[in-house]
Amino acid sequence: MNKIGKTKIPHTTPRYSATFSNDINSDIRRAAATGIYDIRGGGAKRKLPTFDDLLFLGASISRYPLEGYREKCETSVTIGTRYAKNPIELDIPITIAGMSFGALSGPAKEALGRGASAAGTSTTTGDGGMTPEERGHSSKLVYQYLPSRYGMNPDDLRKADAIEIVVGQGAKPGGGGMLLGQKISDRVAEMRNLPTGIDQRSACRHPDWTGPDDLEIKILELREITGWKVPIYVKVAGARPYYDTTLAIKAGADAIVLDGMQGGTAATQDVFIEHVGQPTLAIVRPAVQALQDLGMHREVQLILSGGIRNGADVAKALALGADAVAIGSAALIALGDNDPIYEEEYNKLGTTAGAYDDWHEGMDPAGITTQDTELMKRFDPIEGGRRLRNYLKVMTLEAQTIARACGKNHLHNLEPEDLVALTIEAAAMAQVPLAGTDWYPGKPGTSY
Amino acid sequence: MLEFDLQENGLRKLNSALHDQKENSNQTVWKVTNPKGSHSIAVGIDAPIEVNIEGSTGYYCGGMNKQANINVKGSVGPGVAENMMSGKVVIDGDASQYAGATGHGGLLVIKGNASSRCGISMKGINIVVHGNIGHMSAFMAQSGNLVVCGDAGDALGDSLYEAKLFVRGKVKSLGADCEKKEMRPEHLELLEQLLSDAECDAKPEEFTRYGSARKLYNFNIDNSDAY
Ligand SMILES: Cc1cc2nc3c(=O)[nH]c(=O)nc-3n(C[C@H](O)[C@H](O)[C@H](O)COP(=O)(O)O)c2cc1C
Repeated sequence: MNKIGKTKIPHTTPRYSATFSNDINSDIRRAAATGIYDIRGGGAKRKLPTFDDLLFLGASISRYPLEGYREKCETSVTIGTRYAKNPIELDIPITIAGMSFGALSGPAKEALGRGASAAGTSTTTGDGGMTPEERGHSSKLVYQYLPSRYGMNPDDLRKADAIEIVVGQGAKPGGGGMLLGQKISDRVAEMRNLPTGIDQRSACRHPDWTGPDDLEIKILELREITGWKVPIYVKVAGARPYYDTTLAIKAGADAIVLDGMQGGTAATQDVFIEHVGQPTLAIVRPAVQALQDLGMHREVQLILSGGIRNGADVAKALALGADAVAIGSAALIALGDNDPIYEEEYNKLGTTAGAYDDWHEGMDPAGITTQDTELMKRFDPIEGGRRLRNYLKVMTLEAQTIARACGKNHLHNLEPEDLVALTIEAAAMAQVPLAGTDWYPGKPGTSY
Repeated sequence: MLEFDLQENGLRKLNSALHDQKENSNQTVWKVTNPKGSHSIAVGIDAPIEVNIEGSTGYYCGGMNKQANINVKGSVGPGVAENMMSGKVVIDGDASQYAGATGHGGLLVIKGNASSRCGISMKGINIVVHGNIGHMSAFMAQSGNLVVCGDAGDALGDSLYEAKLFVRGKVKSLGADCEKKEMRPEHLELLEQLLSDAECDAKPEEFTRYGSARKLYNFNIDNSDAY
């Protein structure tokens, strides 16, 4: 049969389909076996255009650099200068993003507070309310005001150094929170006023306002309750950055937190994480444009998040016009999340260090994304805080290194003119020239 | 009694004066005139004082209230007593959407009707409505009690957690996972108390109780139509 006449027909090599890849097939088998979508933590894992597609030019004859250790390169940033009596002053433009107590253990939240405070920056609560550990160890704490309003109360509101109204998250623009039963321990349940052990789905919209006009009234209410003292941020997913930034400014926000689709989440449907939203690289310029069109750039601060990993990312975000960045996933890795020292245990969970994302199951070998008291004991909040501080310092030093090389005495003096893009896509998204040209798609005065 | 003309003195002055009230203040009764539908009147109070508002208000009247008794001699806009912690808020007229949203404690009484999403995401507050309530009321309500002396609109108690709902009149439709429940003696007792606190002469026996069927508490493919 495998012959034509006397000629044997050779086999072609087995060939996998690019469409039906092993990954996709395993998704299909999983769906068929369980009847429910895949839920996981983390951000988009697919390959996206990122800040890695941009390069700094550095100094040359036309621009001269600053001396590495002698000439100052400032890193401070003040957030909330528009309306707040007490704006937040940060030593570095890298903040810790909102991650919920519930998703993270109490000691992990404590470590975030310790590390951020030692580095002179702020940390942020999350869905689930403010814990004493976190308030106590954070010199500057941003209190999130979320659709679920778990644990929301005027006393904690007044203890906060800033309030962040969460409209959306980059990992799930238009989605609500999720915390599965395994993590609804007695303490988490009590803070959220829910039965222990249930799968908690929190709302995707705020219960008492919809749309930009209501948001303005809501901001007024929060300011009245807190006596106009603290800044009010509005956090949006990077879905429609130009319009969302415009509307948030109009509604009276002091700062905009803009989160791209690489941004992590504690638990969301995989299909949501991978297919909704825009990459962080693509959302900065439209948001900055909105700020500039309203004459509010640097008056209303822009905090960018979603896949920020090192000082180069920080420098690029700032060069494109952001005032600061926020980190979630990277901070968890600094604390010890996905560390290969736990490889054997990751293997037992059917995964490997670096790929572990079933945070919602609460079995984290590193004791960070769990409410299991035994696993939690593995994590030392003092050591964790020290590691986070080190990492924040390194990121800052890296960003300063780049800024000095570009001749800037403040990170905020970095500008789009310091950058080129490696790909046409990145050139279009960041609106900086393709390397070796003076062109990017959509550049005013060019035909395409 | 201290009288405060809102149009003349402005919102910021009113709220900061109310926030400055100490536990043992002897200035316990306030009268606010000319509210004229302003938003955020008497929000964030934390003192056992009485505030009487002589007219109708805009959004979030009495928001996040602790301890205070707030009486509105008129109707209120959206989100009255949102996230209330304790105290009592009484509305003589009607209430717009999201009345008592996310409230943790205290008592909200609406002598007229309440619009849609009354008691949305409530977390321990008690709400008594003398008239009717609109659609999607008690959506994702977590705990506390919602008492409705009139009728309830569509999708009452959708995705309900542990809040108890009592309706005297008709319910247009129940939301996902909300079902009729047996009225036991402890519920009648609770109702009796709430109705008397709300100065309502309805009889506990005239009400039907609704609560969570608890079928959506853990993900199950057989319930996928409800998600
Ligand atoms: C474990 C975890 C929990 C999170 N919880 C919240 C939350 O409660 N509220 C919120 O607005 N964002 C939450 N986020 C998103 C972060 O605030 C932030 O937008 C995101 O992590 C930034 O992207 P990055 O992880 O790539 O740094 C969470 C993220 C993680 C990783």
